[in-house]
Amino acid sequence: MLSYLNYLNDTMPCLMAILRLIVCIVCILAFVGLNAAYLVWLERKLAGRIQRRIGPKEVGPFGLLQPLADGIKLMTKQLFLPDGIDRILYLLAPMLVMTTAFMCFVTIPFGEGLVARELDLGLLAIFAFASINVLGLLLGAWASRNKYSMISSARVVSQNVAYEIPMLLVVASLLMVTGTLNLHDIVAEQAGGFWNWNVLRLNASPLMPVAFLIFFVCTLAETNRTPFDLAEAESELVAGSFTEYGSMGFGLFFMGEYANMVVGSTLISILFLGGWNCPFGIFPGPHWLFLKLYALISTVMWIRWTFPRTTFYGLLNLSWKVLIPIALVNLLITGALVKVF
Amino acid sequence: MAAYIKSILVGTWSLIAGLAITLRFVFKPVVTCQYPHAVPKIPDRYRGHIDFVYDPATCSHKCIVCGMCQKTCPSGCISLEGEKLEGAKKKTLSVYQLNFTTCSLCGLCVEACPTGALTFSKEYNLAGFDEKEYHFDLIKRLQERP
Amino acid sequence: MNAEYQLPEDECFVLNLGPQHPSTHGVARIKLTLDGEYICKAEPVLGYIHRMHEKMAENRTWPQFFPNTGRLDYLHALAYNQNYACLVERALAIEVPERAEYIRVITTELNRIASHMVWYGAFVLDLGGFTPLLYTFDDREQILDLLESVTGSRLTFSYFRFGGVPNDIDDDFIAGTKTFISRMRERIKMYHALITKNVILINRLKDIGFIPAEMCRKYGASGPVARGAGIDYDVRRNEPYSIYDRFEFEIPVYHEADSMARYMVRMDEILQSLRIIEQAIATLPAGPIMADKVPKLIRPPKGDYYHAVETARGRLGMRAVSDGSAIPWRLKLRTPCFSNMLIFGEACRGMLLADAVALFGSLDLVIPDVDK
Repeated sequence: MLSYLNYLNDTMPCLMAILRLIVCIVCILAFVGLNAAYLVWLERKLAGRIQRRIGPKEVGPFGLLQPLADGIKLMTKQLFLPDGIDRILYLLAPMLVMTTAFMCFVTIPFGEGLVARELDLGLLAIFAFASINVLGLLLGAWASRNKYSMISSARVVSQNVAYEIPMLLVVASLLMVTGTLNLHDIVAEQAGGFWNWNVLRLNASPLMPVAFLIFFVCTLAETNRTPFDLAEAESELVAGSFTEYGSMGFGLFFMGEYANMVVGSTLISILFLGGWNCPFGIFPGPHWLFLKLYALISTVMWIRWTFPRTTFYGLLNLSWKVLIPIALVNLLITGALVKVF
Repeated sequence: MAAYIKSILVGTWSLIAGLAITLRFVFKPVVTCQYPHAVPKIPDRYRGHIDFVYDPATCSHKCIVCGMCQKTCPSGCISLEGEKLEGAKKKTLSVYQLNFTTCSLCGLCVEACPTGALTFSKEYNLAGFDEKEYHFDLIKRLQERP
Repeated sequence: MNAEYQLPEDECFVLNLGPQHPSTHGVARIKLTLDGEYICKAEPVLGYIHRMHEKMAENRTWPQFFPNTGRLDYLHALAYNQNYACLVERALAIEVPERAEYIRVITTELNRIASHMVWYGAFVLDLGGFTPLLYTFDDREQILDLLESVTGSRLTFSYFRFGGVPNDIDDDFIAGTKTFISRMRERIKMYHALITKNVILINRLKDIGFIPAEMCRKYGASGPVARGAGIDYDVRRNEPYSIYDRFEFEIPVYHEADSMARYMVRMDEILQSLRIIEQAIATLPAGPIMADKVPKLIRPPKGDYYHAVETARGRLGMRAVSDGSAIPWRLKLRTPCFSNMLIFGEACRGMLLADAVALFGSLDLVIPDVDK
């Protein structure tokens, strides 16, 4: 089989490239879809345990078929277009959110060679796609012709301004240490034990753990999770951007949220927690990345079911008074240390 | 500056303390009752809709058709009729209808009954498709009871 | 927002918060005029769940109005029961037996804690924290189980009667209440660690949502709203009814007048209620639970009667006018939520929508109590 593939690769490189592309797309689609479905299940189970109840348990063993039932329900519902909406944007917005979430996965390496398309500017590509996500929410909210959605759209944008700056400042200081935007190389630099991970590279910058926390907080804001779910804020804005969405339109937004969570957590694991490297330097492989990834996602869920929501001036205060100054100090220290050593 | 750093540290610590509390609850047993599979215990004084008390002496109810329950009911959901059977001194009950759709489960009728003919049923699982399902005929209910 | 700057009316937009909105807890509707997310004007619109309770009272006998009282403020139904019972007892000059008074105090205070627990959960839910709701309902469940074993009902208790209470409490109830008191004290500590000290919550409540004392007086606000503004007024102490003058308890008063002050008043009130229950259980006398001389047909003598109690939300006054017949001639209800809600229109001016929701939650409104 393998020799036959090698033979094909040699004779018809173009066909093989297309074949590889198709396989990758299918894999990413399946991965994102499955993740979105079962992370909802995980979240509901975890919320249940935190709140001292069981969570879904009726549909299938341990409620494992619950996502399937939810999916069937969402898909069989009428795609309702409210009166007076901007039809094109209304239908485009959920797709935009979902597509950009997919696109982020293209450059994410899950292991040695386990990547759809390795880019030298992989990190930059991810940030570029991730910020389009906000545009999707904005368009959807704006096109809905709903006052709650409109307030939500304004919040989404102001939130975007608040978290992107400290996030990129942290990434900038990290890049000074790594010297590359290629995600594969960033992971390769962290090989060995957990003392080599970027989060513990205290010789590069003593504020590295703090930078990790800032990045984590910004990821929470980027994925619209509590305590920063200002755009959805169900007790203030009903459902914010999604107020007028039903059936699979809502479903796509919902899946997009979970896909973004996966992207954010993967990015944290790759940038700070050594990617697919083992903490003790043995058996590196994708399983370690998945372990870190799901641990982070569980933490995000745990945070959601513990804290109340901030207001958007709370987020701006946090960003401008706490995160940005610390990130700047971190940038200065890292820059100085990189120059000295 | 010191106050600024302190406020950040105190704030972060409060968040961690909150997370620790919810984490502890994850490992504690659940407190919910898995309702359709496990049924909660209904206390003795539970006020369901009214029912007749079974009187072993007469193998029937104790109602003497005084109409106190009907008069005392705030919602007017009880309607009863009695008829004089031949040879009997007092009236006997022929119809006792409870319109449960307007009943507010206050229990005033049970307290008003001079003979203690009424009691509360322990039924709480009441759901139906039609209003008529809630026009209870208490005499029939008593006969159907084992 | 700059207080002097005001956008012209036609440049603002109007947002209907309610009658179907997650944070209005029922069918309250607030017509908000917004400038962006800042509130220029807020207008509470009442009457979506108006059920004519006052008129209903004029159409039924005195005892028949009992179930209605529990349906005004369903969260603290026993205080309403108590007020109506005390009102008619005052009219009929019935002396209530000692034990019945104690039982009334114990159950009403338990109900007050249950009411505060619902407020607490719902308030944090308004602020976006979902989990505390489940914890507070767990606590409330313990109270409801206790009260259900005595009254037979879980929400609209309709438990007190003219001249006493129909069912006596038993040893199980007393033992259960004692366990609950110690449990609740631990839980309050947990709530303070989980929620009160949380920096996000503090940032959302502290120095936000001012309701100063003058505004409280202007609108007739009472209860925790007034006590959070530094008005040291509680009917239980200022006009003692029932047997509240026998117990030692403090009235928590905070002077900050912000959402946090109102929050803290309620949290401290729970502890004070526990103290009252503890004392009442320790000194519970034996004896009858129903007065002997209650007439079969309730016909208060011709006259004008008034009675007020402190509910979980403030001062509840009931004024009855009797023409000597079996049916009240007039029954006026002065419900605390009505006055407390009208404050909202003035208090939230210039605030952000998110803070206004927090302010609305801190008023602890039960909409059926507003609309009657």
